[in-house]
Amino acid sequence: MTTSNNLKRVIIEPVTRVEGHGKVSLLLDEHQQVKQARLHIVEFRGFERFIQGRLFWEVPVLVQRLCGICPVSHHVAAAKAMDRIVGGENLTPTARKMRLLMHHGQFFQSHALHFFHLSSPDLLFGFDADVAVRNVIGVAAKYPELAKQGILMRKYGQEVILATAGKKIHGTGAIPGGVNANLSIAQRDRLLQDIDQMITWSQGAVKVAKDYTVANLETLAPFGSFDSNHLSIVRQDGAYDIYDGGLRATDAEGNTIFDHADNQKYLDYIAEEVRPWSYMKFPFIKSLGPEQGWYRVGPLARVNNCDYFDTELAEAERREFMAVTDNKPNNITMAYHWARMIELLHSCEVMRNLLHDPDLQGEDLVVTGQRRGEAVGIIEAPRGTLFHHYKVDENDQVTMANLIVSTTSNNEPMNRAVRKVAQDHISGQEITEGLLNHIEVAIRAYDPCLSCATHAMGRMPLIVELYDHWGRLLDRKEKI
Amino acid sequence: MPMSQTIDFIIDGVEVSARPGQTILQAADEAGIYIPRLCAHKDLVPHGSCRICTVLVNGRPQSACTQPVAPGIVVQNDIEKLNNVRRNILDMLFVEGNHYCMFCEKSGNCELQALAYRFGIMAPKFPYQFPARDVDASHPDIYIDRNRCILCARCIRASRDLDGKHVFEFVGRGPEKRVAVNAEARLADTDVDVTDKALSICPVGALMRKRQGYADPIGRRRYDHQPIGSDIEAKRSATG
Ligand code: SF4
Ligand code: FES
Repeated sequence: MTTSNNLKRVIIEPVTRVEGHGKVSLLLDEHQQVKQARLHIVEFRGFERFIQGRLFWEVPVLVQRLCGICPVSHHVAAAKAMDRIVGGENLTPTARKMRLLMHHGQFFQSHALHFFHLSSPDLLFGFDADVAVRNVIGVAAKYPELAKQGILMRKYGQEVILATAGKKIHGTGAIPGGVNANLSIAQRDRLLQDIDQMITWSQGAVKVAKDYTVANLETLAPFGSFDSNHLSIVRQDGAYDIYDGGLRATDAEGNTIFDHADNQKYLDYIAEEVRPWSYMKFPFIKSLGPEQGWYRVGPLARVNNCDYFDTELAEAERREFMAVTDNKPNNITMAYHWARMIELLHSCEVMRNLLHDPDLQGEDLVVTGQRRGEAVGIIEAPRGTLFHHYKVDENDQVTMANLIVSTTSNNEPMNRAVRKVAQDHISGQEITEGLLNHIEVAIRAYDPCLSCATHAMGRMPLIVELYDHWGRLLDRKEKI
Repeated sequence: MPMSQTIDFIIDGVEVSARPGQTILQAADEAGIYIPRLCAHKDLVPHGSCRICTVLVNGRPQSACTQPVAPGIVVQNDIEKLNNVRRNILDMLFVEGNHYCMFCEKSGNCELQALAYRFGIMAPKFPYQFPARDVDASHPDIYIDRNRCILCARCIRASRDLDGKHVFEFVGRGPEKRVAVNAEARLADTDVDVTDKALSICPVGALMRKRQGYADPIGRRRYDHQPIGSDIEAKRSATG
């Protein structure tokens, strides 16, 4: 237990099992005001070293060890980088569409899981409701139909992953320069059976998030909110795209910072700051510097940044979403949930369109060309922009890997959200149930990877410890 | 056919006729009885090193891949006692090297993994040794990942006897033992060729052709649907 200056430190530590975990420490000044909030996330480490010396074609499969919750995102991002290593970045239509289907399947299952297991209790019961009710079991009891839909939607996304990657986790579908299989007619027909149902249910999920947000706008707008820059990739014509496109950054007002940046030159645009108290770096937009250049990624940033969705239903929802903030970027933290559900609907529409596309049964799976020694693969993962950067030597062995995961990009925003919430809700030297809940709700809006270990239970357990500035324990609360 | 031309014996209660000079393993294969093996390969002279093929011949342990058939012997193969010995050997092989099945490109086509599945091994029971092993990727088309080598000597025999070369050899003893190449240090400096038979014979993912990776989709790999040994066992069910 350390204290800095005259600040007291409150430690909030989620109890975790396997995946990364985090803790929150709040520093109080002598007036019991929150002066500083720090979210500590134990990120995967040693991975960049582990990967050194491995053969480059192994990378899209072995990077899936990084994350138990969205392995397909790492699979796709690494494959995109390795496409360039083998000079096969201009994929065949079959390969490109198989990957798109896989990637949208991943979005669909990830967003469905987040929504129904983690955020729907907050949205349906209100985040001030009793925790005994405000959980996935409570949702199942009061809204059994919705809970059933959540489970089946997630399952559908997993079936899409199985059909395109070969396995629900640790699949091998994307290989350098293409894919190793197309979609059989039997697989296609099986998936087509339920797709219309999935679209209807996705529309229902958007409605839950939208109705809640619009009805409670006054309370939600200031909750853990702040103005920020937004980063995502967008297609050449400005359309929303999670697989391919250039980087676009806009400020809180919607002004362009850069647009269609060359992904291969991301280091010209993004830098990472190291802070002594955290293993996780703090990325920022270079031209603005670390103070002003931090940004948000993920559903909110993507919906703010894109000019339009190329599917009808999602585009109509986007317009409604943007109208709430007069077509300016939406900077409300709790609006992440609504944006996430619009994306869920879009992924579902894209999957439907792809399943009707005969290219998925094509036989031309892999292309290769001029070999390269270095490559960057950037995609949008469910939680935000994901950067994979590799160097490969003439023996085909990886000599350098640099990854920026979305939770890292959202590091500063999450810290700010926690600080804002803590400042607004702390009282005295006691850790109140309300404070705990509010911090949890704010972090959860970003769907950071630290919550992945707790997804199965549908809650985020916390331990809170409160110390005085001599390091003595004043109070300790557990929330399981 | 004169009596002297066949040797009759019993394996797992089944009467088997073999030709003189055959090993128990060869005779069992022809009869459609699978005796698990790792270092043995039908195109190679037996090596008798892994002991997975251990059977009881008239009650005494022998390696089936080296032991010739003899008239009237009673061989026990598929019995719990021996299968437990095999499980232990497999368990030790897994922790002795660095085997990461979940991202290994040999997954689904690997004999070590397939044996583990056949014997119901789901998690290692001994502590991992995490030995420091290296990868030789110096050759443009071939690589050796010694993390995955189980020292079966198949590549050594294949290069010598099938390819007429001597590309591979063992050096060192005990835990230091490793597959070396007959050059100063690197695969690139040998006369190995991408068409060598030795390159198709490694039971695990240690000696591999480059850039094949995961071209075989999950579901279409060798052991995805049938346990190892079922091709041999199929002969027996077909005939009787
Ligand atoms: S490289 Fe393969 S074939 Fe050669 S000894 Fe090792 S495991 Fe056996
Ligand atoms: S197969 Fe007989 S000892 Fe290895």
